[in-house]
Amino acid sequence: MTASDTHTPTSVQEPNEFGYRGYTLGEFQFSRDEYFAYVTWPTGRHVMSVDAFLRAMQRDVAWEFFYGIVNFDGVLGTMNHYGTVDLFAGRYNDAFRKAELDHVETIDTATIRDVFAAMLADWTNASFDPFASPEETGSAFGPKKGENIAAITRHRVTAERMVSLPGDEPLRDDGNGHPVNRMFADVSQDEPEIYAEPGFENEVGSFSLFAYLSRSPVTWNPSVVSVCRDSLYCPTTEEYILPIIHGNDRAEWFVQLSDEIIWDVEDRDTGRKRAKVIMKAGDVAAMPSDIRHQGYSPKRSMLLVWENASLAIPELISSGKFPTQPVEF
Amino acid sequence: MAYVTRLASLDDYQKGGVEVIDDDPKNYAFSNIFEVASHARPFEQIAVGKNFEYVLEAVRVEGTSGWRACSHDQSALVMDGEVEFTLRTLGDGPSLPDSGSVGVPDEATQTLMGRVVARRGHLTLLPAGRAYRYASTSPAVLLIQTAEGVDTQFRWAEICQTA
Repeated sequence: MTASDTHTPTSVQEPNEFGYRGYTLGEFQFSRDEYFAYVTWPTGRHVMSVDAFLRAMQRDVAWEFFYGIVNFDGVLGTMNHYGTVDLFAGRYNDAFRKAELDHVETIDTATIRDVFAAMLADWTNASFDPFASPEETGSAFGPKKGENIAAITRHRVTAERMVSLPGDEPLRDDGNGHPVNRMFADVSQDEPEIYAEPGFENEVGSFSLFAYLSRSPVTWNPSVVSVCRDSLYCPTTEEYILPIIHGNDRAEWFVQLSDEIIWDVEDRDTGRKRAKVIMKAGDVAAMPSDIRHQGYSPKRSMLLVWENASLAIPELISSGKFPTQPVEF
Repeated sequence: MAYVTRLASLDDYQKGGVEVIDDDPKNYAFSNIFEVASHARPFEQIAVGKNFEYVLEAVRVEGTSGWRACSHDQSALVMDGEVEFTLRTLGDGPSLPDSGSVGVPDEATQTLMGRVVARRGHLTLLPAGRAYRYASTSPAVLLIQTAEGVDTQFRWAEICQTA
């Protein structure tokens, strides 16, 4: 079933016995207890471990629903239409589709963003940081114990031109709260030598991307560090498992800068397994626009995610005017 | 526990790959920057990524390049070695294409804007409408963020995993 009323009713319930509020978004209902998040819709129900649920929801909120599909798992997720968002259950799951138990609601972006942000704030305890690696955060479980607003509302780096240029996103250092991560203690902190002639300081620019990434406090959170029109360099540091399964609405490219990531690749619409992609330092690979992928990084690694942010692309691909793979040979 | 961050270089890289379950490995255009650069001639701009008009170019730097310029910003990430970038203003002579970089004659370059000496992991801006060149005394590797231009080379069948 698909509902497309863009004036979606929402409501918030009083805290339950564990201290957490319930939320209604259209015909979807969300609740949590000490261990699990529960989601119901007219034709079904779903349960997820609440730490995995919050890690996925954190990305959805911080990324403004990102490019394409953010699958929380094989059942629940969102699809971005850049102005509206589909909230779905079972829509991209072959079994749910065949049983006609799937459900989709199209919701104004502001509406779903506000409800998700409120839910994330209410359900995230003081001890839990959904952006941190499992080794660097406390527990998400138990009855409600405080909140962690600072962690869930971190500034997302979006350089206008390039990090470090005057007036653009600043470098990271100990002084602004970005110590070198424990797994990158051996990464060189040397910076390039810059000799700008007077008057050209805004254009003669360079910085150590590797040192910058070694000081990232978060995982699986692409941030824009340099811009070439719609071409965006969005590097990120990865440890443990990508908390979402990203379904592409355009090709994106990965450049592995350090260490290793193993990607599980499935068909975007059915979840059928297609490939594993093993990436080591220096490797480059495309993720086509008809797949979904989830990464596994045994050690904290540096990944350069390269995106084309053009809003025209999803229609070009979905209409068949452009192939799902970015290059043909 | 002391962790070791695994970087790579022209002399020391390991390549991963696509393990197919039900797919064509060519869909992933899988390559390795160091492998591409190890087979490249100096200053060839070989595409290792393409997303509509935008490309990522792997460049082997060995010696001093000619002067180049571009109508839009680019960036250059040093993947291996040490590279010196020199930037100059550009005279009125050359008209720059809308997409990608082109070579420009020495006499078209004018005032020195500055220099950058960059090593592995350093990202350098190649600003729009300015002339630049890069140099290295020993083989180095750049990854250029740019758009497809007249000098972009496409060798997918040669550099990518096909089976």
